[in-house]
Amino acid sequence: MARWGMAADLDRCNGCGGCVVACHAENNISTVGPEQASRGRAKHWIRVERYWEGDFPDVKLKFRPTMCQQCGNAPCEPVCPTYASHHTEDGLNAQVYNRCIGTRYCANACPYNARFFDFFNPSWEKPLQLQLNPDVSLREVGVMEKCTFCVQRIRGTQTTAKTEGREIRDGEIQPACVQACSTRALVFGDLEDRESEVSRLSRSPRGSKLLEDVGTRPAVTYLARLTEEA
Amino acid sequence: MTHPTGSQINRDLLHPLFNTSWRFYLLVAIFGGIVLFGLATWFTQTVNGYGVTGIRWPVYWGFYVTSFVFWIGISHAGTLISAILRLVNAGWRRPVTRCAEVITAFALIIGALFPIIHLGRPWLAFWMFPYPSERLIWPNFRSPLVWDFFAINTYLTGSLLFLYLPIIPDFAIVRDKSTGLRRKIYGALALGWRGTPKQWHRLETAMQIMAIAIIPVAVSVHTIVSFDFSMAPVPTWNTTIFGPYFVAGAIFSGIAGLLIAMAVLRKFLHLEAYLHPLHFENLGKLMLVMALLWGYFVFNERLVTYYGNEPAEMSVYWRTQSGTFAPLFWTMVICNFVLPLILMGIRRFRTITGCVIASIGVVIGMWLERFLIIVPALGHKYLPYSYGIYRPTPPEIIVASSTFAAMALLYVLFAKVVPIISIWELKAGEHPSPELLPPATEEHRLGDLHL
Repeated sequence: MARWGMAADLDRCNGCGGCVVACHAENNISTVGPEQASRGRAKHWIRVERYWEGDFPDVKLKFRPTMCQQCGNAPCEPVCPTYASHHTEDGLNAQVYNRCIGTRYCANACPYNARFFDFFNPSWEKPLQLQLNPDVSLREVGVMEKCTFCVQRIRGTQTTAKTEGREIRDGEIQPACVQACSTRALVFGDLEDRESEVSRLSRSPRGSKLLEDVGTRPAVTYLARLTEEA
Repeated sequence: MTHPTGSQINRDLLHPLFNTSWRFYLLVAIFGGIVLFGLATWFTQTVNGYGVTGIRWPVYWGFYVTSFVFWIGISHAGTLISAILRLVNAGWRRPVTRCAEVITAFALIIGALFPIIHLGRPWLAFWMFPYPSERLIWPNFRSPLVWDFFAINTYLTGSLLFLYLPIIPDFAIVRDKSTGLRRKIYGALALGWRGTPKQWHRLETAMQIMAIAIIPVAVSVHTIVSFDFSMAPVPTWNTTIFGPYFVAGAIFSGIAGLLIAMAVLRKFLHLEAYLHPLHFENLGKLMLVMALLWGYFVFNERLVTYYGNEPAEMSVYWRTQSGTFAPLFWTMVICNFVLPLILMGIRRFRTITGCVIASIGVVIGMWLERFLIIVPALGHKYLPYSYGIYRPTPPEIIVASSTFAAMALLYVLFAKVVPIISIWELKAGEHPSPELLPPATEEHRLGDLHL
């Protein structure tokens, strides 16, 4: 059984936000408009966090693409009263929209704030409704949603590989954000496979987990940015 | 001062049941109107989407969860206090127990509404029930919300029984004094009560059992409500003190609620002969003890967080201590600690008016306490990029405040159909009013001391 994971090389990330756009398109994430966005209703399954360091003019800007960390020990899972948030056999934190009754407890428990609530029914300005991805269900008002590691692509590739009677090749599955990353800062793959690129990067001495001391055992590894003074 | 005897007690306490003044209709119209407005607002919220509230990423719990914890807290006055007073056989409890137990029942019903109001999809709330469904999944028994569901239901069932049992003989009194349809209804409610020694014996036994059983249930309920917070890895939530801290706070706010209700009843139903200043003074002393206990818990919680010096916790800590939420925090400290300490600690101020002022302060303070536990922590979780500020919107404020009208409405209606002071217990008491207590018999002294 695979254990899906991601590595994000902060040395490569230039904060372009391509991953955010790709994620919105792939996963049918509705936009809410500037007014609602300013009220904290925007849903970005992946976001590029920006952290400034130092005082002007010696300012350094650091980017950190942040998405659901698909924790091995996820705080969102035990708190859900209806099993909407649960662990799959291959280590993903699945969110079953139809089971969700909207207590939003999972979002409070998530240390990464990676979960988003649907405050309204989704809508798109015409003709944008024509670009919806048929592989991803729409979420109705009142449920939680979050990054799935593009589970539709994982399952699709698994089915293809099975019908062709072969193993999944490393790098064959690419979530939308990984595919769209122009600097190849994001790498996705199977952590169980010690030869895979993501597995190799995850063992890098530059690697660390986000909020490791909370004890969530994330599947995403961040590779530290190397600077001259470091 | 003369003290009411048998027939006088009947006349006074049954008066509201058999005579309806225009004031009753006015009160029902006012409170009912506010409740309907609140229900309509909730309906609009459900239809238009949760976006009409101020809830936002990352502060996903706000006014509704605050109100939930607040009302469940208020519910701890009644049954718990009444059970303890019964067990220690405090003579002065007799006129107080019923109005306390009613608070529990109604506050629990109102409190239990909030988790449904706050749901994203309230029409699916029944998925919390463990019933055999075509979905073939049970509720997640690891979730504190499911524990809540069971704890609150257990407490509600127990409290309703505990409220109902001592009303049975009073229902019989009303039955015997009325005719027609009213006689039939109260006859059914009295469950065939004839007042035989056997029935009395069974009633006493049942009440004794309920009084003992309800205390651990009450303690567990607010502990489990505190688990909603302390089980999540949110800065300042994940702490061992929350269980007892919440239980103490619940009893504290509950006593305040009870004192306000008693003062209102005394004034409007003219129960001056039954609810004496001594009752207020005794409960005031109890409130003083709880204020000290509450202060002790808050001091502990704050100091331990400060010395632990964990970065994420400290950011929330300073936010409440001297940042955005500081005005609310210090208001809370004044309302919950300084005010009750002065008013209840100095004998001269421990009057009915003093008790009511302190109680109103405590109710406000305890509401703020829950708000300050929930909102600042959720807005400052770990990653500074995702900090957020929550501001309530009118729909939330309307729904949350209309529940106070709901409480008043239920109370008015209840006092209309059930004698709000237990008639038979007053009569059964050897000494129906506290001034007639024999000077310091050991039992009564203990009762008074232990409240």
